[in-house]
Amino acid sequence: MLRESIPDIGKMVEPDRVRREVYTDPAIFELEMQNIHEKVWIYCGHESQVPKVGDYYTMQIGRQPMLMVRGKDNKVHVLYNRCPHRGNMMCGDRHGNTGEQFRCSYHAWTFHHDGKLKNIPMMDSGYAGNRLNKESPELSMKRAARVESYRGFVFASLSPTGPSLKEFLGKSIVAFDDMCDRAPEGEVEVVPNCFRVIQHSNWKLFMENQIDALHPSVTHQSTGRAAHEVEKEIAKKARAGEALSYHMLSAFATVTIDKWDNFQTINYPYGHCILTGYMGLRPQDPDTKAYDQIMIKAYGQKRFEEIVGVNIHHVLVYPGLSVQSPLQQLRAVRPLGVDRTLTEIWHFRLKGAPEAIYRRSLAYYNLVNSPATLINADDLENFWKCHQGLSSDGGDWVSFARHFGHDIERPGEVSSAPNQGTSEAPMRNQMKAWAEYMRG
Amino acid sequence: MAKPDVQHEVEQFLYRQAEILDGKQWQGWIDLFTPDGIYWMPPAPEYKTWDGQPAIFAEDKNLMTVRMNRVLHPDAWSQRPLWETNHVVSNVIIEKASGEEIVARSRFHMMELRRDDVRHFAGSYRHELKRTRDGLRIKLQRVDMTNAQAAYDYVLQVWV
Repeated sequence: MLRESIPDIGKMVEPDRVRREVYTDPAIFELEMQNIHEKVWIYCGHESQVPKVGDYYTMQIGRQPMLMVRGKDNKVHVLYNRCPHRGNMMCGDRHGNTGEQFRCSYHAWTFHHDGKLKNIPMMDSGYAGNRLNKESPELSMKRAARVESYRGFVFASLSPTGPSLKEFLGKSIVAFDDMCDRAPEGEVEVVPNCFRVIQHSNWKLFMENQIDALHPSVTHQSTGRAAHEVEKEIAKKARAGEALSYHMLSAFATVTIDKWDNFQTINYPYGHCILTGYMGLRPQDPDTKAYDQIMIKAYGQKRFEEIVGVNIHHVLVYPGLSVQSPLQQLRAVRPLGVDRTLTEIWHFRLKGAPEAIYRRSLAYYNLVNSPATLINADDLENFWKCHQGLSSDGGDWVSFARHFGHDIERPGEVSSAPNQGTSEAPMRNQMKAWAEYMRG
Repeated sequence: MAKPDVQHEVEQFLYRQAEILDGKQWQGWIDLFTPDGIYWMPPAPEYKTWDGQPAIFAEDKNLMTVRMNRVLHPDAWSQRPLWETNHVVSNVIIEKASGEEIVARSRFHMMELRRDDVRHFAGSYRHELKRTRDGLRIKLQRVDMTNAQAAYDYVLQVWV
């Protein structure tokens, strides 16, 4: 049950700490859904998920069941997954093809792909003299207030007002540019498989963890070390570069805890953040060299150097998207409840790139992001334990004080200071944006 | 129909594999594979090959060893809680038995206890086996888990 009064948001967030209820109070969760997820630009999916007319994919935006569909006009429309008649969900499957039209399974109302009413059985007799007619807006499937796409990545906002997608993304738009620019054809296409994993914690714990540069060598030490041992064995026998997929894992251990300060986070308005790279993904093996040649042919030497020189590990688009552009993968965060969060995990092919380059993305997808992950198992364990601890009276505050007061502020961005990559600046930045959203 | 002795031999092998897995004898489990053996769990039934595609598991012996070393590491936090599994394997059908090669299909049901939570996983195995001097060994084990396509409440830490 919702309480009558919601705690004073202004008192929940201080520059270097936040109240624990921010993560655990169901009333705050409801307000978050209303003021954040159901207002801002939320990632729906990639256009290549719905290549043919009638193809649809369902997803959750905040508490709203939505779907995106490819229309006859070749546009991707985003609609509430709900029949305007009696509220029946229109598409019961997660994805599929709806054919020429949507047809409700309850009373056979039909709709165009843009949501507009097509027909109601015996409409003329059934609704004669009635306040409803075919043009009544309440007889169409409701559309997301705003839909925009950037380089194939489709976003929707359920609020008719607010910044445009480009304004909202700001510098975090590099996530999509970096990913697409690395394709010789300048585009990516989705590999049609979505891994879905549920964590037993508040959604914000996921967003904070993604750019927490201190946690890998602690949380992921076991896998890092295990992979490093095997990597060394393989390196004795194999040609250079062959063990790269293991390096993606062993980096978690071989980068020692004190080295993480060498990296940098750059934080932006609306809570977005970039974590600079560390995995050494520009090796000099024959596969990489072959790819480089294709890229140079497509872009020229100068532009090529710019593209592969982009040094990103993670881009966070707050509140619900984590992108690893150099590895062509993303995780969309769908809050299910105050203590349950679903992540939808996708990866992409660089159009025009050799198969060997795709396989790097695939290796990371399978090893790190699959439901048998060698990495995220320990994150999920921490998330659950955090949520349990925060639900207790053992303390009132969550601290984000690491390197507080040392960040470098410039107009429109806050960076961690040199050699302070483990600064909790991203968490402070997220909570600052959160508080602004929550004030409405 | 397969000869009774082959049927019996394969059944005993599959039961033994399940027992080794439930007994957390990780190295013993890995040793059941040929040197180039693969353990594969596709995301959906329509996948035809383990290589170069999304997979829940697609592990050679090197990766199996990473997984084993991880779960044996004292700081594998997520492995610390009480964690037990119980496999039941049945419905064993010999698809092919010629010379050194045997292909067998079977069904499994695995119950997992982690902390106070119980999960159930079920599906089918397809073992491509090879007769070696050490006995039967696995060239390819395909695991089609019925709940593979559902959202995972938490993850799979060890082979199913």
